[in-house]
Amino acid sequence: MSRRLTARSISRRTLLAGTAAGATIALTRFPTPAIAQAAPFKLGLLTVKTGPLAQGGIQMEQGVLTYLKEKNYTMGGRKVDFVSADTGGNPAGAKTKAQELVERDKVDVILGPLAAFELYAINGYIQQQKMPTLSLAAADNLTQRQPNPYLLRASATSSQAMQPMGHYAATELKLKRVVTIVEDFAFGYEQMGGFQAAFQKDGGCVVNKLWPPIVTPDYTPYIAQISGCDGVCQGFAGSNPLRFMKQYATAGLKYPVVTGETGADDALLKSYGDEAIGLVSACPYTLDLDSDGNNRFVSEMLKNYNTVPGFYAAGLYINCEVVDAGLQGAGGDASDKQKFMAALKAVSLTDTPRGPIKFDHLNNVIGNIYIRRIGREGAKYGLKLWNKTIKTYENVSQFWVWPEQEFLAHPVYSRDYPPLTKC
Amino acid sequence: MTGRRIAIVVAIIGLVIVPYVITEVYYVNIASQILLYAIFALGLNVLVGYAGLVSLGHAGLFGVASYAVAYLLAAGFGHAVAIPAAIGIGLLATAVFAALALRASGISFIMITLALGEIIWGLAYRWISVTHGDNGINVTTRPAPFGLPLSSARGFYDATLIIFLLAVASSAIFVRSPLGAALCGTRDQPRRMNALGFHVWMIRFMAFMFSGLLTSISGILFVYYNEFISPQALALTASAEGLLMVISGGAGTLLGPVVGAALVVIVKNVVSGLRFTVLSPMGFADLVKFVLNGLFQHWNFLLGAIFVAIVVFMPEGLVPGSVRLARAAWRTANRSKSARPAAAAPPAPVAEQKR
Repeated sequence: MSRRLTARSISRRTLLAGTAAGATIALTRFPTPAIAQAAPFKLGLLTVKTGPLAQGGIQMEQGVLTYLKEKNYTMGGRKVDFVSADTGGNPAGAKTKAQELVERDKVDVILGPLAAFELYAINGYIQQQKMPTLSLAAADNLTQRQPNPYLLRASATSSQAMQPMGHYAATELKLKRVVTIVEDFAFGYEQMGGFQAAFQKDGGCVVNKLWPPIVTPDYTPYIAQISGCDGVCQGFAGSNPLRFMKQYATAGLKYPVVTGETGADDALLKSYGDEAIGLVSACPYTLDLDSDGNNRFVSEMLKNYNTVPGFYAAGLYINCEVVDAGLQGAGGDASDKQKFMAALKAVSLTDTPRGPIKFDHLNNVIGNIYIRRIGREGAKYGLKLWNKTIKTYENVSQFWVWPEQEFLAHPVYSRDYPPLTKC
Repeated sequence: MTGRRIAIVVAIIGLVIVPYVITEVYYVNIASQILLYAIFALGLNVLVGYAGLVSLGHAGLFGVASYAVAYLLAAGFGHAVAIPAAIGIGLLATAVFAALALRASGISFIMITLALGEIIWGLAYRWISVTHGDNGINVTTRPAPFGLPLSSARGFYDATLIIFLLAVASSAIFVRSPLGAALCGTRDQPRRMNALGFHVWMIRFMAFMFSGLLTSISGILFVYYNEFISPQALALTASAEGLLMVISGGAGTLLGPVVGAALVVIVKNVVSGLRFTVLSPMGFADLVKFVLNGLFQHWNFLLGAIFVAIVVFMPEGLVPGSVRLARAAWRTANRSKSARPAAAAPPAPVAEQKR
């Protein structure tokens, strides 16, 4: 009965077309195991949605959601189940939420967390659980002297962008004597360590290093100590660069200022005023990059959230691209963590929003670093100021120009390393 | 009395079988966290509830023991050395804390403890050669007392439960002892106690030391639970959170801080991760789910709202407040019954004596 019904309702032509279409799909579709097909791929995000770090944390989630929407919630041919967890920006919260993602939600990969101390808090745990983790946290040593085989960093180490900045400041800006100023925490130490090492290698001299606490209502006492130099390097993060630059200009100082990825983040451009004009920064991502990958990302961000993306959103979008490509490389199968991790490490992309990326053997990214200068020229998307790219350092590794052995023989960059020397 | 004993036995059995009822590792870990913070809150409660001294620096004491154990383990000492040494260091810090803070009471006491807590936070943050600053210290192993490893969630829960029960029992003994009674006396009438020949300062000092002991123990458990310590655990918000646990549950009761700790840990860790699936053409149920999702996502708003509700409806805290409401309900029920002559029920048993 049913056969007769089928036979009558489907004409020969439809049948032919259907077979052809089916065959095409079957042949072109990625060969994925049947089990993996049935269950969705589980993507977990550790971010910060409450507390002082929330601004960056919310951008992180927007970056992920933008990618998922663009790909219609599929990665490597599998449906994606997305779980987002709020760590509250503290290590104990990060640990509990990582457990939630791994043990309760059984995710296949973790994106995040944001801050270095959060990553340190879950570092042992993700290693023990063999959980592939793509973090935005910049803590140098986790891809250097204490590498974690399950951690992959597609953003940058703290010093990765500052080392080219040191080179640029010495060779192109021709600065000789620089005072550095940055918040008194690990991200700051590692940024300025990288700047100092590269700057002094090319003949510059860091004459003083200033470390205001993270919460400093007034930078004036620190700005008053800036003297005997011809340039300033600041490495502030969050909303601190806005306040610093304002007070720096108010104090009447005219030395050129250079900074890293957080000091002139594109997401800050709408809040900066004229005081930021001329600020030179080094960043792994730049809004100014005119490539298909970046234009698509920026227009989706504007469409979805009506906001101009910065480094945090771009970083997570790129992490998603890496996961997608890695999952494809593993044939859609993430169940064998070791194989999946190997597939993720082997990813090399040519058109991410930050340009081409690949990974070194310690799981850290090798990619472009853009030197930009803030000005009015070329401003888009309703912004008044614009980070204009003035130089691109291609395929920068975390070791900059030093051989890996030599770089790793030094202690990690800290408050006291490299030491201040007379020069 | 017997009814109370039965309740205690039932509660202990209930706590022991928790990991057998909720087998999922994640929730066993949450239960461990509740017990760990309950010990911290019990310690703080000795001061806040029984001595009437509000401390805003207890996370600092918590941190001293945490950092001590983490530092000693990282330096290569065994657990058998690190744990007693950390308790010793915690007690030493408590003695210094107490000696300085007990020069005052009331608001000045709050300010001094706040300042001391911030000093310890600052040390953890800036004394980088010892504490590794912002990056914290990793602890890689948990101890294995009597050959029972605590590395599994269940093993850790059992160990925490034993310590928790000891903490509750010792708190109960302390509160019911003559010293505990004298402590309540110094809270209510310090000058009269002084006139009666009690050494008010010494009584408060002893209470502070006991509080410090419980706090240090919870700090050590915290390090073993997270296998990590960094300055955020010592921040002012952590002290305030402990205080909220005590006050929301009911200061000056044994059960209150435990309930408060459970409330804070559950909202912070479990509720914040809950999400309902909302279907796109919204019915009434979906609308409710949508609103709840928003609340869960902004869990600190939810926690704040709960605290406000507690302050409005049960200013004495959840545990005494519920007892009061239950008693009121019992009385209303009795009154309607007392119209009939034979139904003279005994008064409701009081689960928690205020003092």
